Amino acid sequence: MKKLSARRRHPLAALVVLLFALAAIGGLYSALAPAPKAQADDSSSQSLEITEGRKLFSVGCASCHGAHGQGSSDGPSLVGVGSAAVDFQVGTGRMPAQQPGPQIQKKKTQYTQKDIDQLAAFIASLGPGPVTPTPDQYDPAGGDVAKGGELFRTNCSQCHNFVGKGGALTDGKYAPTLKGVDPKHIYEAMQTGPQNMPSFPDTTMPSKNKADIIAYLQAVDTAKSKNPGGFTLGSLGPVPEGLFAYIFGLGALIAVAAWIAARTTKAKKS
Amino acid sequence: MTTSTETPSSTRRGPKHPGQRVAEWTDARLGLYKLGKSNLRKIFPDHWSFMLGEICLYSFTILILTGVYLTLFFHPSMSETVYNGPYAPLQGVRMSEAYASTMHISFEVRGGLLIRQIHHWSALIFIAGMIVHMMRVFFTGAFRKPRELNWLFGWTLLFIGMFEGFTGYSLPDDLLSGTGVRFTEGAVLSTPIVGTYLSMFLFGGEFPGHNFVPIFYSAHILLLPGIMAALLVAHLILVFYHKHTQFAGAGKTEKNVVGMPFFPIYTAKAGGFFFLVFGVIAAIAAIATINPIWTMGPYRPDQVSTGAQPDWYMGFSEGLIRVMPGWEISAWGHTLVLGVFIPLIVFPTVLIAIAVWPFLESWVTGDRGEHHLLDRPRNRPVRTGFGVAWLMLYFTLLIGGGNDLWATHFHLSIETITWSVRIGFFVVPVLSYFVTKRICLGLQRRDRDKVLHGRESGIIKRLPHGEFIEVHEPLDQTELHILTAHPQPQPLDIGPEVDENGVERKVSAVTKVRARLSRNFYGEHSQIPKPTVEEYDEITSGHGHH
Repeated sequence: MKKLSARRRHPLAALVVLLFALAAIGGLYSALAPAPKAQADDSSSQSLEITEGRKLFSVGCASCHGAHGQGSSDGPSLVGVGSAAVDFQVGTGRMPAQQPGPQIQKKKTQYTQKDIDQLAAFIASLGPGPVTPTPDQYDPAGGDVAKGGELFRTNCSQCHNFVGKGGALTDGKYAPTLKGVDPKHIYEAMQTGPQNMPSFPDTTMPSKNKADIIAYLQAVDTAKSKNPGGFTLGSLGPVPEGLFAYIFGLGALIAVAAWIAARTTKAKKS
Repeated sequence: MTTSTETPSSTRRGPKHPGQRVAEWTDARLGLYKLGKSNLRKIFPDHWSFMLGEICLYSFTILILTGVYLTLFFHPSMSETVYNGPYAPLQGVRMSEAYASTMHISFEVRGGLLIRQIHHWSALIFIAGMIVHMMRVFFTGAFRKPRELNWLFGWTLLFIGMFEGFTGYSLPDDLLSGTGVRFTEGAVLSTPIVGTYLSMFLFGGEFPGHNFVPIFYSAHILLLPGIMAALLVAHLILVFYHKHTQFAGAGKTEKNVVGMPFFPIYTAKAGGFFFLVFGVIAAIAAIATINPIWTMGPYRPDQVSTGAQPDWYMGFSEGLIRVMPGWEISAWGHTLVLGVFIPLIVFPTVLIAIAVWPFLESWVTGDRGEHHLLDRPRNRPVRTGFGVAWLMLYFTLLIGGGNDLWATHFHLSIETITWSVRIGFFVVPVLSYFVTKRICLGLQRRDRDKVLHGRESGIIKRLPHGEFIEVHEPLDQTELHILTAHPQPQPLDIGPEVDENGVERKVSAVTKVRARLSRNFYGEHSQIPKPTVEEYDEITSGHGHH
């Protein structure tokens, strides 16, 4: 004790005491305080995902959506949007948003699927919402194409066109093309209703019908779909057809007419 | 070598050639020799723009040929059936017989899809050809006396052609055309007082009813093509009777036609052109899809798709309805839907505006003479300005009709386009009129300059005293003739305001308007005086070269 009492007036003594005190308080806090993971109802791997997701969220999303996903003037609250919404928005590159405009654009995906899953797990922990579908839910192989076509024409084509080529909405907004969109993302869009799209929860459109619609789109709107009539001209209806008829149809015929008129018999000099 | 001198010589040589015997047999009954003698050597002038009407004639012929094939397999019935054909995405879907038979034509009938596509592409090209042909006639003044009636025949062909196309587009009873029929029903319903009666008559009950496909079918394959064929024949007979117009040029006058004889030159050219037109349209039909009804699905009143437009020739009516504000008046338990009714009235008005021009022009200018030499559009700035203004109005409305596609493809707001078209509807024609008129006058000045000073040769010459000049090359006689052949009429003169006794003359308001319009046509602000012989001689004599 002599050694200790001999050094108690050392200039650094106060600092050492402070460090001990902090360590003791921190240790007690971590032992006694209610930890969030204690509330999570399942395995530690998911709690780890949530923790990691929270970190990603703080870095990439919190500036608009608030530190706890509660929303701000720049972005909506994410409480209750569910993991499906995160998987759609971040998975299609719409989030994080690049610039303000009439509508958030689709762009290159910024996160890996692992990061997206972690973000989704964190957002899902904020409140119950639509859950990311499992592959068997959106597998087009299981869908009824004809039924999907009817459902698509009843519910979707008024914005997305007959075969999902997209269309205009008000004020510069638009319904995007569905060609090349991952079936999972189509499913999630129907579940969550991103941006201007209405949502079609399982109560109004059962999971089976969503798979039917995906099967229809796979049949008519992919690189592999058959186009028995030749070039589709964008499948946009009579406007491109009219332009094509004028430019290539009448254009070619007028060129032919000019060619014929230029090649004429020469009057013989008598 | 005429037919009359040939007959005795061939009897002397022995038995007649079988071909000659057939010809003589027919001649004795139909009088073909006389007809042939007067018409086979008919002269037609050569210019590519005179073949635009031929494009229409041939595409109409193709429409009839392919149309006959399609009627063999089409069932004009709205009774319901379930699809069991080869197109998987529609199997088990309920649809009308009309739609099912069009699916059958597209997927099961040999060559059916190609014939359908040839038919539809020809229809678009037929009406596009008619518009371009009509504007050629308009800008060159070919509608003037004696051809006003033929102008009206042609215009009527265009007008009926639009409805012929519309009824054909509606027959397959697919979701796209059904939306168009619904649009039409709405337009019919908006007619005051008789709207509901008309709609009930047309559809045989509440929309869509069970009648419209059979009714449209009769109109499409019988009534309208019948009228069109009759008008077409009349149109061609009048072309023969009036003789073809020609552009001014050396040796071409109001009393002759310079060109090639109908037989054998034009029979060969026109026959060849028919096959070329058929070939081009068949190639297009083989390359590009048109109206892929299998992707649209059968019509159901509870379904609709975005991008629902009519074929292009009805696009301007679509534009009218899309940009019209949704006004309506409700009074005494009735609703007057101005948002639909006004476009319904403007639609024929736009078309009639161009139809009546020949009569308006001859009334204003007091021109009663026959014209067989065509105008160069620049020499008639008011007419050309009106034609361009009309076309620009038409195009503005077409843009309005496709506002959603312009919005998505050019990243614009649909409201911006709609408002631009609303303002453009009034502003664009006026602006185009004045811009065109200025351009015409500029071109007239350029012509005058070319006649007097020749063409810029691009050769820079240095004169002995050091000055640099560009050498101008004089035009040859043919070019000079073309640039100076047009007459420059004087505006209507209504005489002095007071008579010789100083008393104010009575001039009706109509005459005053006419005189003002006439000054607008031919006054000093509408034509640049063409060079006179004296001016030309003075400037080309070599004195005071500049």
